[in-house]
Amino acid sequence: MSEYYIYQDQKRCIGCRACELHCKTENDVRVGPSFGKIINVGPTVRGDVPRINFIFMPCFHCENPWCVSACPTGAMQKRSKDGIVFVDPSLCIGCKACITACPWGAPQWDKDTGKAIKCDYCKDRVDQGLEPACVTGCTTDALKWISPAKSSQVRRERFAKAITEEIPFP
Amino acid sequence: MPEGTKKSVYSVCSMCTVRCPIEVEVENGAVRHIWGNPHLLGGHYLCPRGAAGKVFQNDTERLQHPMIRDGERGSGKWKKASWDEALDYIASNLKKIISKHGGESVVLGDRGGPFTDMQKAFIKALGSPNYFNHHGACSNSVHNAHNAMTGHRRNTVAYDWKNCDYCILYGRNILESIGTKEAKDFIDALERGMKFTHIDVRWNYTAAKADRFLMLKPGTDYALNLALINVIVKEKLYDAAFVERWVTGMKELVAFVEPYTPEWAEKETGIPAKQIVTIAHELAEAKPAVILYQGWMTAWTENDYYFRRSIYMLYALLGGYEAKGGLLFNKNETHTGRKPLRKLVDGVPKVNKKRFDGVGWKYKHLSPDYGLAQMLPYAILKEDPYPVKAFINYRFDPLSAFPDPEAFKKGLMKLDLLVTVDVNYSHTGWISDVILPEATYLERTDPAIAKGGPKPALWLRRQAVEPQYDSKPKWWIFKQLAERLGIGEYFPYNSAEELIEWQLKDIGFQLSDFDAKGYIELAKDQILWDRSDGLKFKTPSGKIEFVSSMLQDSGLPSFPPYESPKSPPKGHYRLLTGKIAIHTQGTTLNNLYLNELQPENTLWINTNEAKKLGIKTGDTVEVSSNGCVQTVKASVTDFIHPDAVYTLHGFGREIPQQTRAYKRGMRDNTLMGGLLTVAVGGNCPITDCFVRVKKAS
Repeated sequence: MSEYYIYQDQKRCIGCRACELHCKTENDVRVGPSFGKIINVGPTVRGDVPRINFIFMPCFHCENPWCVSACPTGAMQKRSKDGIVFVDPSLCIGCKACITACPWGAPQWDKDTGKAIKCDYCKDRVDQGLEPACVTGCTTDALKWISPAKSSQVRRERFAKAITEEIPFP
Repeated sequence: MPEGTKKSVYSVCSMCTVRCPIEVEVENGAVRHIWGNPHLLGGHYLCPRGAAGKVFQNDTERLQHPMIRDGERGSGKWKKASWDEALDYIASNLKKIISKHGGESVVLGDRGGPFTDMQKAFIKALGSPNYFNHHGACSNSVHNAHNAMTGHRRNTVAYDWKNCDYCILYGRNILESIGTKEAKDFIDALERGMKFTHIDVRWNYTAAKADRFLMLKPGTDYALNLALINVIVKEKLYDAAFVERWVTGMKELVAFVEPYTPEWAEKETGIPAKQIVTIAHELAEAKPAVILYQGWMTAWTENDYYFRRSIYMLYALLGGYEAKGGLLFNKNETHTGRKPLRKLVDGVPKVNKKRFDGVGWKYKHLSPDYGLAQMLPYAILKEDPYPVKAFINYRFDPLSAFPDPEAFKKGLMKLDLLVTVDVNYSHTGWISDVILPEATYLERTDPAIAKGGPKPALWLRRQAVEPQYDSKPKWWIFKQLAERLGIGEYFPYNSAEELIEWQLKDIGFQLSDFDAKGYIELAKDQILWDRSDGLKFKTPSGKIEFVSSMLQDSGLPSFPPYESPKSPPKGHYRLLTGKIAIHTQGTTLNNLYLNELQPENTLWINTNEAKKLGIKTGDTVEVSSNGCVQTVKASVTDFIHPDAVYTLHGFGREIPQQTRAYKRGMRDNTLMGGLLTVAVGGNCPITDCFVRVKKAS
């Protein structure tokens, strides 16, 4: 896994898809492919209210990326300095092995160039000390650019707060 | 701009009418990315439509050069014109019309919002009182209800989300019909622990985050509010000191709501009486830190005006004005001890003629700030109260926004001159004589605006890139027309910069003061008025008038007996419309990226009703009313009231130049035959539309 992680706070996410738009405009992605995508799950009634989850699906930048192993030309690469997985378009021959290999559907197909393209966490921005466009532009600040360890801390803090709200002080 | 250069320009978005503050990243003279302005938003947050401004800017399917029609009106035949040709054409026709029929025979329709000074000045300088905007199909009843009761428009108060403890949204889909700051503030408030009840005829993403979601019978929000008032009054849960100090007509209200008990409202709304009592108690407990959102959608009916009044009455009862967590009055430049920003309209002599739409004489309780666009076709056809011969249509599209476009069009076709100024093709533009392409919000600098608020400020929309096509900024277009018409003196500038320096003169700032953050702060901290003595209600009594003197002047009752909304005739459904975060009604449907995410609308229909009609999700259905038929795909759901069907507004575009949106989905307003009327609040009763639905053969 890369040293970065995009944490999506479901409580804050409103499913507006600003993340998708900021991604497309930042990377000038054509109509069709999308590097990051919101998938709606629901609505399902919980309690008295129908709830819905908006699941953000960028590339997860795996520790042992299936797409990298599957790539016959070395076009799909993992950056040694921070683990970001990206395509070198000059080496891509458009065989789609990465698209077949990835269980999460992250690699995308650019029919105009006949090559694979994918989320690279906006590595040019990351190299400038900035965050990926999806995180920076998120309407309600629901996406956070943090380390996996920090994400665990956020979830623990939220859980701790939730249970103490229900347990009255003695 | 030389290759490889980068800059950042603070400006104001125009992808929708929220007009969020933005930071435009420009590289090699082209838009690189559009973000929210972090100085005003606390981060680079910006909604999807705002982000999609970049592909709008580069779109070849927007207006590119002036066009004069080259065939019958509405034939879709155009010839490309130079700016001189187009402006000369308009000016010579306007001169003829004005010399024959007077200045009042020219009307100007506007989208509305804060950037209206120039349009208002222009029409006034022509000697016409006839400015109006789109609010007749939008928030007229809200504005006018608040205005008659308190002397304030809807938007002269702001919501204090930061401190609100309890909120009711009546069909206000705040998390889908979004403004960047409001959506984020709302989510922040929920995270802080604000409780929230959502009232609607259908579930949506906002309802999904509610503590309580109540699906009521369409059009009965007013009945719910009457019962809430009934409980609050009966149990004396109101803020007695506030009411005593600031309210007149309390006695009349108490008598009026007596029969409207929670049990009565249960029958009317379908919401259990017990729940209504609980909500009343929750409101009382949280008061005055409550927000009851005043608009939009669900009860947009004939009696909508009285529903909106009931919301403001609840605020008054709960002491919610100028209260932490409630409504805060917006303060302006003068409240900071300064002179106001100069306005062009103030330099133009007053026009002493009555309006074409009856506002101010026939309808004394309605505001000329918004007018009644829906009266335009009737005034043209009947020449009543006088001939209307020319319509200048600035960034406005009544044929998309208003019910019954055929009826509207019938009037427009009789005009001597119809001019549209816009950035996009519109249905109204399509039947115009001349279309003038305005430079986009990224290509133009607009006059500075005063942004009222608890902390007032000055904002500036500033040019980020050079115009892509042969388009011109508003300040240039109106100045050019004004000079040709002999009213150039009222537009005392030669460039946007000169105009802004002129605007800023009295208030004591200069253009460069916008450079650092994109806005000029007028107050360090919130300006708050004293709740016991400092509130400014601009009514004759200086109080909140439950019995409204303004309504009395119009011969209208303040408390007419409640009337149930019309029920759909057998085999019919009430057609309701709404919005999502991806689109701004018709104006973004053809945007490359937004169209990709949502290319067409669907018709929501209740599962049981769909079953009766043999309709499944994805089926093509025919929706019909008054002889008009639209086809669209169905979305079957448990989460809509069985009396209603619902669709996203604005689809089914009929302009071939917009290839991505052309004939995609259904055009809802065509089904609203007979609704181009004036309800009590000056709104069209858009949700009083009943349609049949059947599976397409």
